[in-house]
Amino acid sequence: MLEKKHHEYREKIQAFVKETIAPKASQIDVEQRFPAEYLKPMAEIGLMSMLIDEQYGGQPIDTVSYSIAVEEVSRVCGSTGITLAAHNSLGCFPIVAFGNDDQKQRYLPRAAAGEMLAFGLTEPEAGSDAGGTRTMAERKGDQWVINGSKCFITNASYAIATVATAKTSDDPKDPTITGFILDKEMKGYSVGKKENKMGLRGSDTASLHFDDVTVSDDYLLGKMGEGFKQMLITLDGGRISIGAMALGLGQGALDCALKYAATTRQNGKPIGFRQAIGFELATMATEIEAARLLIYEASMMKDAKLPFARNSAMAKLYASEVATRSAAKAIELLAEVGCYTGPYPAERIWRDVKLCEIGEGTSEIQRLVISRDLLKSVRQT
Amino acid sequence: MDFRLSEDDLELKQMAREFAEKRLYPRAEEFDEHETTPRELIDEAGELGYLGFTAPEEYGGMGLSAVAFGGVLEEICGGCAGFGILVSVHNSLCCEIVAKFGSEELKQKYLTRMVTGEWVGSYCITEPDAGTDVASLKATAVDKGDHFLLNGTKSFVTSGGLAGVLIVFAKTDSEAGHHGISCFIVEPGWDGVMLGKPEKKCGMKASDTREISLADVKVPKENLLGEIGAGFKMAVSILNSGRLGVSFQAIGIAQAALDEAVKYSKERHQFGQPIANFQAIRFKIADMATRLDASRLLAYRAAHLKDLGEPCHRECSMAKLFCSQTANYIVNEAVQIHGGYGYMKEYAVERYFRDARLTEIYEGTTEAQRMVIAKDILED
Repeated sequence: MLEKKHHEYREKIQAFVKETIAPKASQIDVEQRFPAEYLKPMAEIGLMSMLIDEQYGGQPIDTVSYSIAVEEVSRVCGSTGITLAAHNSLGCFPIVAFGNDDQKQRYLPRAAAGEMLAFGLTEPEAGSDAGGTRTMAERKGDQWVINGSKCFITNASYAIATVATAKTSDDPKDPTITGFILDKEMKGYSVGKKENKMGLRGSDTASLHFDDVTVSDDYLLGKMGEGFKQMLITLDGGRISIGAMALGLGQGALDCALKYAATTRQNGKPIGFRQAIGFELATMATEIEAARLLIYEASMMKDAKLPFARNSAMAKLYASEVATRSAAKAIELLAEVGCYTGPYPAERIWRDVKLCEIGEGTSEIQRLVISRDLLKSVRQT
Repeated sequence: MDFRLSEDDLELKQMAREFAEKRLYPRAEEFDEHETTPRELIDEAGELGYLGFTAPEEYGGMGLSAVAFGGVLEEICGGCAGFGILVSVHNSLCCEIVAKFGSEELKQKYLTRMVTGEWVGSYCITEPDAGTDVASLKATAVDKGDHFLLNGTKSFVTSGGLAGVLIVFAKTDSEAGHHGISCFIVEPGWDGVMLGKPEKKCGMKASDTREISLADVKVPKENLLGEIGAGFKMAVSILNSGRLGVSFQAIGIAQAALDEAVKYSKERHQFGQPIANFQAIRFKIADMATRLDASRLLAYRAAHLKDLGEPCHRECSMAKLFCSQTANYIVNEAVQIHGGYGYMKEYAVERYFRDARLTEIYEGTTEAQRMVIAKDILED
């Protein structure tokens, strides 16, 4: 189902990951350190501009290749996987899809060169319910004055700019939401404290605060009132990348379990030949392969410009649940070795992967998206 | 079939809850971050009797039942599971094996100091290459006439850095398999005993876990615990206590996670109402509570049988298997109900999620429990 170019691309990314990312994957987790030194080499190989057109300095690839990249990076380091998924799908994509030429010129070449962009949607009181956004943009003369806070923002401390949603009407019956691009250098833009997380500890997550940040219409993304729609379209694509991240982590867990089961001998035989262990490996591998197909399918549909919202929700839902199960299984197979920091990263993967069931819409929200789409299609026939 | 706690047991449980709420829960995050438990907490637990709970009264213990201990352990683990593991291993394995097999002299010398918490017990059986397969352990004890000479390495020793007493299993006959294993009481201050660095763990971080190596450690003859060559049989005879301990730990963590999830689901508003109004959340809570109750019944039944002195091998393994799996299911759902907040260390469910994992692994993995249960059923 994949083309030759996809296999070649995978090999290229694998080689890059082995050389640049694998050596420090454990260290950045233990030290809870964002590996800023990766940004330049990742930009050179095109990982920072996978969705950006060449005219803005990007190295665009199709969505299947993008999924492969996130998968292969996450297979070795979940923290770097989410850094890339968030930068490309959430930071760059809204500007690529909804920005005007000026805005693209302003941000995309810098992003392609290794500077980061962030997406400011979630707020303390607006998680799954993005309609509950409290950040306000008030019109004063020909300017917008923006006030509010965003939380759990990936890459917040390093991003040069954030695509943030804000209410442009406070009529509770018509909560119009609009997207703005806000620069880190702007007066009133500040980064809050870095979150201390269970996993993905090498990824940067922090809050953002806007205190009378004042911008002209040049910083308004698309048209007024389109913020909610833009956000939904962005998340449809973003979910493929979180699914790909989960897939990579699940594959990483399987890699771990397989290596252990094939090399640990008891009673003269590798323990993988025992049914209780061998069959678990078979189940993990089968489920991971199914998740992979769902992700590639959603990726291909996106590239073919077919409606793919249901498919990306299914891919994300299934891949994250499979990966969480696989990581738990890997720990179980490795027993004590699995629960401690050491040569097998099973425990790190297990902590990392839980976020995939939460970020960019919890599993419950995916089920909501899928079930509504299913029911809608029945009504129409 | 009445496994309800007696009034006395309930009172003890309530006292343990107060201790957990005042002394453990508020500091559990700090213990997790610093990866240890302060000494003064061990003294406090000792004063309250939690470190000699089931040990005989004649040696200063409380002489209480496995059922009563279950209630107390649930509460302590709800407050801080990493500290609970110290309490559990100390009582269920270390005090129990000394009380059961120690000579009068050993009990006077060691058990009386263990029950107060002055000397915390560490159980040294697992080795880098001997986990579930105990018979393959490599540590040796050689009879040198007036003493034994011990050599070997023990891994994942719970409370290793805090211990006053080490219960060490070693081979006295390398040819005899199971029958060649003996058990010794070793003091960590003796020449040749070396503490490794604390292990970096994913959960139960408040528990000090490390490697302990023994290099030509001279152990007096009288510190042989039980008969020579009886170590394996002794270890097997206290497996039930250990498995019960883990069952109650799992229940304690699960109850705490469920409590947090219920509280959060009522406070968190999305789409204009508390998320507790949504069926997806309500059904999760119903399933979590049902499975937790079933776990409790399995664990208290096993403890009750143990108190009656009846065979309970299968029941203890079933309790351990089911309680630990249930705990992992519940903490996972509790994090899920919390959404993004559940992934952050500011919320206790993040810690419960990591802590619960070990309950499916130590004192016999989930797989080892299944082996025990299946064997017991098939060979019955």
